[in-house]
Amino acid sequence: MQLTVWTYEGPPHVGAMRVATGMQDMHYVLHAPQGDTYADLLFTMIERRKERPPVTYTTFQARDLGADTAELFQTAAREAYERFAPQAMIVGASCTAELIQDDPGGLARALDLPVPTIPLELPSYSKKENWGAAETFYQIVRHLAGANAPEPDHEPPARDAQARWTCNLLGPTALGFRHRDDIIEVTRLLAEIGVDVNVVAPMGATPADIARLGEADFNVVLYPEIAHVTATWLKRTFRQPMTTVVPIGVGATREFIAEVGEITGIDVAPLLDDERSRLPWYSRSIDSTYLTGKRVFIFGDATHALATARAAEEEMGFKVVGLGTYSREFARDVRAAAKQYGVEALITDDYLDVEEAIMAVQPELVLGTQMERHIAKRLGIGCAVISAPVHVQDYPARYAPQMGFEGANVLFDTWVHPLVMGLEEHLLGMFRDDFEFNDEQGPSHHGHLAARAAIETPAANSNETGVVVAEPVVAADAATNEPGWTEDAEEELKKIPFFVRGKARRNTEKFAVEQGLATITLETLYDAKAHFGR
Amino acid sequence: MTALISNPPAAPVQGCSERTVLRERGQREVFCGLTGIIWLHRKIQDAFFLIVGSRTCAHLMQSAAGVMIFAEPRFGTAIIEERDLAGLADANEELDRVVERLLERRPDIKLLFLVGSCPSEVIKLDLSRAAERLAQAHAPDVRVLNYSGSGIETTFTEGEDACLAALVPDLPQAEADATPSLLVVGALADVVEDQFARLFAQLGIDDVAFLPARKADAMPAVGPDTRFLLAQPFLTQTAQALARRGATHIPAPFPLGAEGTTAWLKAAADLFGIDAQRFETATAAPAARARKALARYREELAGKRVFFFPDSQLEVPLARFLNGELDMAPIEVGTPYLNKKIVGDDLAALPEDALVSEGQDVDRQLDRCHAARPDITVCGLGLANPLEVEGLTTKWSIELVFTPIQGYEQAGDLAELFARPLVRRTRLEV
Repeated sequence: MQLTVWTYEGPPHVGAMRVATGMQDMHYVLHAPQGDTYADLLFTMIERRKERPPVTYTTFQARDLGADTAELFQTAAREAYERFAPQAMIVGASCTAELIQDDPGGLARALDLPVPTIPLELPSYSKKENWGAAETFYQIVRHLAGANAPEPDHEPPARDAQARWTCNLLGPTALGFRHRDDIIEVTRLLAEIGVDVNVVAPMGATPADIARLGEADFNVVLYPEIAHVTATWLKRTFRQPMTTVVPIGVGATREFIAEVGEITGIDVAPLLDDERSRLPWYSRSIDSTYLTGKRVFIFGDATHALATARAAEEEMGFKVVGLGTYSREFARDVRAAAKQYGVEALITDDYLDVEEAIMAVQPELVLGTQMERHIAKRLGIGCAVISAPVHVQDYPARYAPQMGFEGANVLFDTWVHPLVMGLEEHLLGMFRDDFEFNDEQGPSHHGHLAARAAIETPAANSNETGVVVAEPVVAADAATNEPGWTEDAEEELKKIPFFVRGKARRNTEKFAVEQGLATITLETLYDAKAHFGR
Repeated sequence: MTALISNPPAAPVQGCSERTVLRERGQREVFCGLTGIIWLHRKIQDAFFLIVGSRTCAHLMQSAAGVMIFAEPRFGTAIIEERDLAGLADANEELDRVVERLLERRPDIKLLFLVGSCPSEVIKLDLSRAAERLAQAHAPDVRVLNYSGSGIETTFTEGEDACLAALVPDLPQAEADATPSLLVVGALADVVEDQFARLFAQLGIDDVAFLPARKADAMPAVGPDTRFLLAQPFLTQTAQALARRGATHIPAPFPLGAEGTTAWLKAAADLFGIDAQRFETATAAPAARARKALARYREELAGKRVFFFPDSQLEVPLARFLNGELDMAPIEVGTPYLNKKIVGDDLAALPEDALVSEGQDVDRQLDRCHAARPDITVCGLGLANPLEVEGLTTKWSIELVFTPIQGYEQAGDLAELFARPLVRRTRLEV
């Protein structure tokens, strides 16, 4: 048993729902107890979808367990087919139904419905949401596209040299982080290269569309967590090459274009030479100098965490001080990247571990999920969301992709916004003794007390409901062996701008411990400053 | 799945003797009882709710709670994993380990609820034995109780019912002094509870307690001299558990709106022999305030047709309020479970042409809703936006559970919850 307060991923059947809900004319019959219907609200409320998810739940109750839950399932499946007339159905069990072992796949097969009925085996007690989405997508593709698979030794006819190149975009689902806009951006980008999109899947695809996935020349894997397994199978079965670069950030977008050029033989040099994104210039503009070495903590799904780390270091000039993911399936990639940035990867789905790691490194910016946004808010650190799990505000009314050149523009704006503006930071430094410009005045866009609150005194924080929450916080404790501060050193520390004071305090204390000093004097403070200076 | 119309039991209720209730079986679009933890953990301030369940349970809590405003809320899920399913003995050991760690981390916890879920019920993990074992291990610092919030046994607010019912056997025994005391049962917002406490004091009923109390060590005593008023209509099991302790239920309509609140207070006042004059003195001013607040909304809401999807069991009392005090017309009043002993007074006051339905087949009910095209539909979060897209105005039913709506001072707020979605529609030009 694992004690969990908040989770990064839902159960695997929610992953299956994301696939089914993203698709058209697909219906999911889920053997599940009353209450599991809560998952509908994720789609109708968070994503503001206009239709109910295409899911029929059997909603069995205790009294049904003694009777015939199998019959209940068959009735639900038959009625769902009659009412919704889908082109295909997926059937499976949620965590509780898995325990009663009714075999939804077999029961549905026995109904002999006139549409393909695809059974899903999603082990709820060992797997999670993204795995469930990937497995569901794979099963749907294998069943529906697999029917059109060529014989293994079949030699495909030569490509018509005049025909436009086509590809499939694989991975976007309902409830994804900016999937909606990434599809548009990547489709535009491919059109400029000279490649048409055959099918986008699962998002927007009908079962009939899935059946013609094999017609494309190659596959673009937008979200490896969901599409990697499927793309690998398509590669094996239809000999379709697949892209490996996720085009998030300017550098990755250029690499992606080059990769498409390599697959197709299209000359992409003009597109690569054309400076499409404003990010490179904005980052070089002198007002961005202050972004140099900003200490950033990154956590999310593997795809977004990796892409974010790269763009943060190479395109924004930040320093990655923490990198982690909850996607255990991709832990190896994240570990390798973390090593490159000189940090240890945090591979966990325990929210409290992530909070602890953030408190330990005291970053100036957190790029994470909605969970990290809450942590950062409590600690008074700026934060931008880069990955699922999502909340309603991750579905902005405006066009806001993460991928491609426009996506890079969005990254620049979104990540810079929570930081203290460059000029504002200088002014705070210059006027820090001015009575109106003291520590009480946080940066204007943070609101009055937000910025100051947690770095210095995180013992009790207000939150959006106005409820004061006491939290366990790492604080210097006289009872332990931590060195004490003299009065004048403490006074001097207060002269340091609030947004770096936490770090100065921590570094000085670390320095004192290393030097074996029991007391931190003014001298110690400046010795430490010299020791740690950037 | 067949829908069957059946007649209610013979027991006639005043005004309307034979009301046909539509009973349906089919897909139920409702929360499970675990959801009650969201308000219960705020109410009992030193209690922790440990769900023994699956990732789905944890995900439900997170999704239903909406925002994660608490760093470490006083609830969590011990997620059953594959290896726990291999052997039950191990599952118990695992649970002990999880509780040990939890209590170490949270020394402020005085009352621990082990909350059963669908998977824990299906694998027959005996949480009552686990609670006994853990209670012994952690006595006297922490009391450990258990109840089930599983979807196979409880619908939404029935989770609170199960929680309070689990508290009842553990309540102290009231002294047998033959002086009746009043117990108000059902979690209310603190502000509402304080208002009621003041009203009872003005009525001259001094010995008043509330269940649940805000602190684990302040839970009220109960005994044969206890008379209890239900503040919430979904407390069937709790009422039975209290009766087993010798307490007596005071049947009453529910305290929604001016008239509902007056009738609810009156039921207690009559039983405690409070004279009419004193009752009038205590209630006249707040009742007048409530009526004044409602008058404004009656103009907007009178004649509007309302359709309830089943959710919290508050539907019948709410429909009574909307009809009786705001002149709205209930078309269908869906409730997950209809306990006529508890909501009988409110049920009797409903107009005869209102269809009362119990249970659910959501697709059929949506068909009825589409056909009726009500002015306002009270439904869960999964249905609201899709109905809005079809031009039907909705009110999220969950807000009626999370918002303080009981009592005189909240009567206007309650009406406003229904008025706002309608007003909004008239304002938007695009």
